[in-house]
Amino acid sequence: MTHAVDTNKPVPLVRLTAAGKQYGSIVALSDITLEVSAGEVTCVLGDNGAGKSTLIKIISGLHQPSVGTYEVEGAAVNFASPREALELGIATVYQDLAVVPLMPVWRNFFLGNEVRKGLRMNIALMKKTCKDELLDMGIDLRDVDQPIGTLSGGERQCVAIARAVYFGAKVLILDEPTAALGVKQSGVVLKYIIQARERGLGVIFITHNPHHAYPVGDRFLLLNRGRSIGYFAKEQITRDELTGLMAGGGELEELSHELEAMGGAAADAAQVLGEEAQELGISHRGAPGE
Amino acid sequence: MTSTAQAGLTPPPTRDERIRRKSTLARLFARPEMGALTGAIVIYLFFFIIAPSFRNGGSLSTVLYVSSTYGLLATPIALLMIGGEFDLSAGVAVTSSALTASLFCYEFTLNVWVGVAVALVVSLAVGFLNGWIVVRTGIPSFLVTLGTFFMLQGLNLALTQTITNQVASPDISNIAGFGSAAKIFASSFTIDGVNIRTTVIYWIVFVLLATWILLRTHIGNWIFSVGGSAPSARAVGVPVTRMKIGLFMAVGLMAWFTGMHTLFEFNTIQSGQGVGLEFVYIIAAVVGGCLLTGGYGSAVGAAIGAFIFGMTNQGIVLAGWDPDWFTFFLGALLLGAILLNTFIRRRAEAAK
Repeated sequence: MTHAVDTNKPVPLVRLTAAGKQYGSIVALSDITLEVSAGEVTCVLGDNGAGKSTLIKIISGLHQPSVGTYEVEGAAVNFASPREALELGIATVYQDLAVVPLMPVWRNFFLGNEVRKGLRMNIALMKKTCKDELLDMGIDLRDVDQPIGTLSGGERQCVAIARAVYFGAKVLILDEPTAALGVKQSGVVLKYIIQARERGLGVIFITHNPHHAYPVGDRFLLLNRGRSIGYFAKEQITRDELTGLMAGGGELEELSHELEAMGGAAADAAQVLGEEAQELGISHRGAPGE
Repeated sequence: MTSTAQAGLTPPPTRDERIRRKSTLARLFARPEMGALTGAIVIYLFFFIIAPSFRNGGSLSTVLYVSSTYGLLATPIALLMIGGEFDLSAGVAVTSSALTASLFCYEFTLNVWVGVAVALVVSLAVGFLNGWIVVRTGIPSFLVTLGTFFMLQGLNLALTQTITNQVASPDISNIAGFGSAAKIFASSFTIDGVNIRTTVIYWIVFVLLATWILLRTHIGNWIFSVGGSAPSARAVGVPVTRMKIGLFMAVGLMAWFTGMHTLFEFNTIQSGQGVGLEFVYIIAAVVGGCLLTGGYGSAVGAAIGAFIFGMTNQGIVLAGWDPDWFTFFLGALLLGAILLNTFIRRRAEAAK
């Protein structure tokens, strides 16, 4: 399987082709094409309201696409519920992580999938498995009995990822895993994304931060107002171009003009913005297009 | 791939010198029932000192009996509260159950066991209804069960009045099956000259069972999770709806059990009794470490809470005080327990 990645045309784990979603008369998403193969990270970038969450809902089985096709390992699927997606190994780690803060780490890890021994739970086995699995991902917890709420945001994110991996995920959908984290904690999470990729998982990494996406991503899908404004392989785009596209090119410049007009401190900020736009090569409507 | 290495630079989060190891004592006090245990010891010593008659074995047996009548229901109430819900109707539900059994077998001249069975069905149905309305509508259980509380109270009074023309159910001690039922629900035995009520044994058994379920089975895991964060529990496949309805029905079951004890202990039931008891159960659970917000607590704690009330109830009498002081203690203990629990919870959560 791992060799197949190099031949450039393996059957992707997940492939959306020209998919779109309408809610009544509102077009939330249109003409999206995206794929992720084993051992790959596909990043979905977009600002608030770009359609990222609609896209997650489609891939995770919460919604069906109104148009276009959705294939898992080459076979067309039409999920009725997230459970069906999960059965095919497509696991979603949501922003709120689906953990219960007051419960111990190991209880959270196995919640809903408890290992039973007759009527009882096999607590010793679960504690050991939890500790080992987390250790495998490089998280060394002194005590898996501590409430998960006492872990840092990054660690919690990693427990949620480790849990999805342990319970058979082939594709991980990570919904803004670094959004609420500091610089260092984000680094920890990015490391686990790479680790998941190295284990041969497909990862769909949703974020609005190009600086987080670029180092770990193999493909980048950029969304704006429910449309794709670019779908690139890593070798097709530089970090600065990615940042420029994300910042909205012209919009950044426009903001700079607006601030300039306000004068005073705002004008200073405008100058900085303008310089930044220049540096990114997006000034004067020179945004690198699709 | 250079970027890969760059992201890999961040060291794994390890325990560092900024995190103090919690001492064994501090860990012990982080347990939900520790506050209650401390309180129980203090209150025991208090009455032990000021009320000489509190010290003999007979008093302790009475204290245990009174505690058990609170504790039988405090146990499922604690589970329910850990599951994030609330039941204000439990106190009058006890009376409803007892009235149902008694009136049913009396009016239809049937064996009391038929009445007992009908009461069980009714009690479970009340629990189911409470739970079903709560999960279906998403209305806070405080309001839903406040509604059923008043409805049951009204039914108790009105139906008893309509059927018997009295404010109490008729004496059923002459009806067939009373003896065997009384033996099961309201008997006692003697060890070493000390009279032990069977309810005390049932209470202990139910507390142990509840504790085992909470800590050792997947059901317990689910109870904690639906109370701690229902959306999270649902997201990982825990049947939240069924769990909550089940917990309300467990309260119904124990309301039935307590009701049967009351019925076969006194042969007759006052239609207005039971009001106010719901608070005793809830306070026992809270004193025992249950959080009002759910997701945290213990059955043993609720048992200790019930024991505190049993002691206070008897201790006040034995100390020669006016029994009216009881409600004052009820309130004071509740406030004290909440303050203590808040403090403990902050400490438990401040381990960050």
